[in-house]
Amino acid sequence: MTDFISLEALAARVPDGAMVAVPADYGGVAMAATGPLIAGGGRGLHLVCVPTGGLQVDLLVGAGRVRILETSAVTLGEAGGAPAFIRAVQDGALTLRDATCPAILTGLLAAQKGVPFIPMRGLIGSDLLRVRPDWRVIENPFEPGDAIVAIPAIRPDLALFHAAEADRDGNVWIGRRRELALMAYAAKASLVTVERIRETSLLSDEVTAAGVLPAIYVEAVAHAPGGAKPYGLWGEYPADAEEIARYAAAARTEDGFRAWLDRFAGAPSPAFA
Amino acid sequence: MSPATDRERLIATIANLLDGVRHVAVGASSPIPAAGAMLRRALDEGRRDVRISILGSEKHNFFTNGSAELFDCAAQGRIDAFFLGGGQIDGEGNINLVGAGDYPRSSPRWPGSFGSGLLYYVVPRVILFREEHSPRVLVEKVDFVSAAGASGPGVHRTGGPHALVTSLALFGFDKKRRRFVLAGVHPGYGVDDVRARTGFSFDCAPDLKPTPAPDAGTLSLIRGRVFDELAETYPRFVDAVRGTA
Repeated sequence: MTDFISLEALAARVPDGAMVAVPADYGGVAMAATGPLIAGGGRGLHLVCVPTGGLQVDLLVGAGRVRILETSAVTLGEAGGAPAFIRAVQDGALTLRDATCPAILTGLLAAQKGVPFIPMRGLIGSDLLRVRPDWRVIENPFEPGDAIVAIPAIRPDLALFHAAEADRDGNVWIGRRRELALMAYAAKASLVTVERIRETSLLSDEVTAAGVLPAIYVEAVAHAPGGAKPYGLWGEYPADAEEIARYAAAARTEDGFRAWLDRFAGAPSPAFA
Repeated sequence: MSPATDRERLIATIANLLDGVRHVAVGASSPIPAAGAMLRRALDEGRRDVRISILGSEKHNFFTNGSAELFDCAAQGRIDAFFLGGGQIDGEGNINLVGAGDYPRSSPRWPGSFGSGLLYYVVPRVILFREEHSPRVLVEKVDFVSAAGASGPGVHRTGGPHALVTSLALFGFDKKRRRFVLAGVHPGYGVDDVRARTGFSFDCAPDLKPTPAPDAGTLSLIRGRVFDELAETYPRFVDAVRGTA
């Protein structure tokens, strides 16, 4: 059964060293869980960005909560580069697993299917392939002489994201944001924040049922209205580009980063380590 | 109407390069390529349909299978054109979206490779777009290959560089020789300016000429419909180019 818990209790379910999959900035980021995660969640996280990261990733990196970062990019979009990510890279404070978007999606798909790898095109001749010894060039067994890259399964401990609605059974409506389902299928469990909790089942109507992530994948739900802000949530509210730009400017210094985070989290953040 | 600005000329140049496409995809943070694609669609209206997918846009996103659908479509050959940039682009068409200097402690570090590790290999018409035309961007050899410009035998390669567009010039790409070919220089500049500001050697097309400015009808489409459509995804860019910021 899915548990309905507070944001703080949800964050506390992320243990030290967990591999956590998080969505791209347009895809339902559980921003409201970020402060509680920094305050009371695990340390030494292995973040998997599906397939890119933004503000949430930059906050977790800047707060020293990330040990391994697996991503195709980290960016604040129109607001520019992600300052804490850039500092951490240059300080050598992170183990980087640079990827390309479809490789991350392919690795999650392999986990979804319970197979050790899935091949994908591209990559050959790149330095991405050189710095990712876990990706292997194999020969297409059905066509000799055709080289292709095998991407191993990515099996996160947790998927963490924000969506519009859950019902009382723990079913979550994700609409056409199917990469959230991909994350959830691949992960051992999902922690989800939602705008609303509805009393009627999302599965009782075929129209909503088509966009449902079933409760069997959902370990816990926290009610968090506006929970993606300052990012937007599809069909609900737009991103606050000005706030993201304010963060980009503030976070150029450690002090500015910390001041923005304290204001965002509504409390002084604990010691970063 | 005031004459075309440099950026409006770039938008028109990109729309020309997209002539004949059925489906063009545009990555995140790419307002000028998106505007070029929107102009192509507007110019072709009533004659042929041009589909545009913009990553991160709600309005310009007809996909229903999440982030993977774009890459699945590309791998199947359902996407004709895409745009890539790069902190560095080299003379063999290799692109670097990761960073300068020694990996992993790159400095500067750029966001990352995004979808280039697949899309550069499987989208037939990849347009490399970078406004800055300088020896630090257009280098002899990139510090990190996010995606390779060309591949040898035994590598499935249905896509690759089709053109390189900068604030100074337009290049084509000779896949056999793995070299850029200068095809047009924007007004006010000459071939010598391009050579002085390009870190790699390149060939010159025999019919090299100035890149044309958009005609009045095209320019009014850019300033009206295209910028209106673009504002949904890139509001700050549109405010800046319209001088309304």
